[in-house]
Amino acid sequence: MKADEIKPRLREFLLKDLLRNPTYPLTDDEPLITGGLVDSFDLAQIAVFAEREFKIYLPDSDLTVEAMDTLDRMAEQIAHRAGP
Amino acid sequence: MPPQQFASLDAALKAHATRQPDAQVLLFVAADGSASGLTCASLNDRALRIAQGLVQRGLGPGEVIVLLLPHSPDLVAAFWGGIYARALPAILPYPAASVTPETQRAQLTTLARRAPVHHLLTTPEVRRNLDPVAAGVQCTVHDLESLLPTGDGPVGPLQMPAAPRSPAYVQFSSGTTGPQKGIVLGHAAVLNNIRAITQAVELRAEDVVVSWLPLHHDMGLVSGVLLPIVTGNLAVLISPLDWVKDPGLLFRAIHEHRASICWMPNFAFNHCVNGLRESERSHLHLESMRAFYNASEPVRLDSLDLFYEHFHPAGLRRSALGTSYGMAEVTAAVTISAPGQAAPVDWVSIDSLQRERQAVAQAPRAAGAMPLVSSGRPVAGVEVRIVDEQGSTLPERHVGEILVLSNACMSSFLPALDTPSATAWVRSGDLGYLAQGELFVTGRIKDLIISGGRNIHPEDIEAQAQGVPQLRPGRAAAFGVEDPASGTEQIVLVCETRSPLAPHDYWAVVRELRHRTQQSLAVALADVRLVEPGWIIKTSSGKIARSANREKYLSEISTSGGAQEAGHAP
Repeated sequence: MKADEIKPRLREFLLKDLLRNPTYPLTDDEPLITGGLVDSFDLAQIAVFAEREFKIYLPDSDLTVEAMDTLDRMAEQIAHRAGP
Repeated sequence: MPPQQFASLDAALKAHATRQPDAQVLLFVAADGSASGLTCASLNDRALRIAQGLVQRGLGPGEVIVLLLPHSPDLVAAFWGGIYARALPAILPYPAASVTPETQRAQLTTLARRAPVHHLLTTPEVRRNLDPVAAGVQCTVHDLESLLPTGDGPVGPLQMPAAPRSPAYVQFSSGTTGPQKGIVLGHAAVLNNIRAITQAVELRAEDVVVSWLPLHHDMGLVSGVLLPIVTGNLAVLISPLDWVKDPGLLFRAIHEHRASICWMPNFAFNHCVNGLRESERSHLHLESMRAFYNASEPVRLDSLDLFYEHFHPAGLRRSALGTSYGMAEVTAAVTISAPGQAAPVDWVSIDSLQRERQAVAQAPRAAGAMPLVSSGRPVAGVEVRIVDEQGSTLPERHVGEILVLSNACMSSFLPALDTPSATAWVRSGDLGYLAQGELFVTGRIKDLIISGGRNIHPEDIEAQAQGVPQLRPGRAAAFGVEDPASGTEQIVLVCETRSPLAPHDYWAVVRELRHRTQQSLAVALADVRLVEPGWIIKTSSGKIARSANREKYLSEISTSGGAQEAGHAP
């Protein structure tokens, strides 16, 4: 699975279920964790979503600021775990 | 070993180290499942060596030593080392990776201004960050690696047990910009509360405590470290940072170590449901748990229901869902629900509660009724009463401030100004009522936001708006909004702008506020709204009327149907 396929569904989850703000102008490279939009609790929920939606398991070691701070990076991390 | 045999905390650990040296007392479980433990003997030995090292470096009796260490066996050993040195250990949160050295230095400076902190024990890395300001605030900063003495040092005074009435440690009640008042607790008081908790939960020798609570938190320290060490029960400890990202760690630890008791705040019950990976749901075994105590945050029935619904198939019994209420000023526990049964639920009229502050009983799920969950009955040595604004005792089912009289009361504040006498009733700052001996906590007197188990003062968030040029100074309101999905309050910040902003600028300001709040307070705001001048409601004395502003915000988002309106957003 490619990051481009993952991004739209991830974006929808973030806006609808996490940020609860469907009209928020979320950009692909916006710093979400360091920017204060997403916290550690949300990371757990993102992992749950990724497991359910993409059938992959994100271990704790993947849930870091470096790996998950932007929509781009989250999608890449998920794609990495999903394989081809 | 029953706690009443010990007159001081150090006597308890020393006795266990002698009688059952190889008994495992603490087990720290990491995210990958690996564990590092302490036996009674190893904890005693390490604590003694730390104590010797600190004393050699000038730590004197009665001096406060702040512990800034990661959640680990070292932190516990350092705490007991402080006790052995007859000093006052005080655990504070270890700085997160995102906290810059400048901020760490500023935090130490602020702390030293509030209380006499002459010693601080931390990691070599944080020590390097703090050293530049340490001398200026008269604080000696130590790190464990350079501390441990070579060879056998003098052990004289460390071998004598502490006098029961002497101070044992300091508990800082947490605020977001740093610790608030330091609460000094004596050996006898702490042992009284441990004994009372032991009785209230009917603790057995085979009970295993499991906890992910931070050790700088009173409930975390008492339930996860002090109680198990004094009673000789095993405690399995998980780092809160690991648990937040993967709440399944708690369940894996419960299963592996046959844990039976756990204290955690209300939001944790929601997070265990929301943050648990699908793949783990089928492998859960919770039969060993005889009690989860929902403690240190207002208890919500829907959170307990959600937790039960999800984990009942894994062997969780409804009777295992208990509650507790407490405060650091009286060590930890004030009330605990009766063991072996679910905490009682009181359905009351919403209208009577909000307008007349009376809990008028209704039929379960009746129209206009809301459920309140009991926080339990006063534990041994504790009395509770409810008073009105004038301090007069109120009858049952009348809501007022909760006052507590306890034999586990603090010795003094740090510094020792305005210290209440040990026989005085302590004001909790919480509202609640009594009904048939059960305490129901209804809310907080001040505007404190409790979100995710953290006490957040609105002023600290509102302060983030200062210095943002587009915003009117002093015209910001932060408040909590109850969010059933997370089982806790979410934080909203509303700020007045000087003039209407173009969309690009609007979002830039919102981003800036979120960023500042995250950087200074480690708080993620659920919603930030910029509003026109005059929107914020203030009291006649010029204070921000937070409840009124919250009501206004809630009514606006429900009528407009979206979170971003008010003529500024796109």
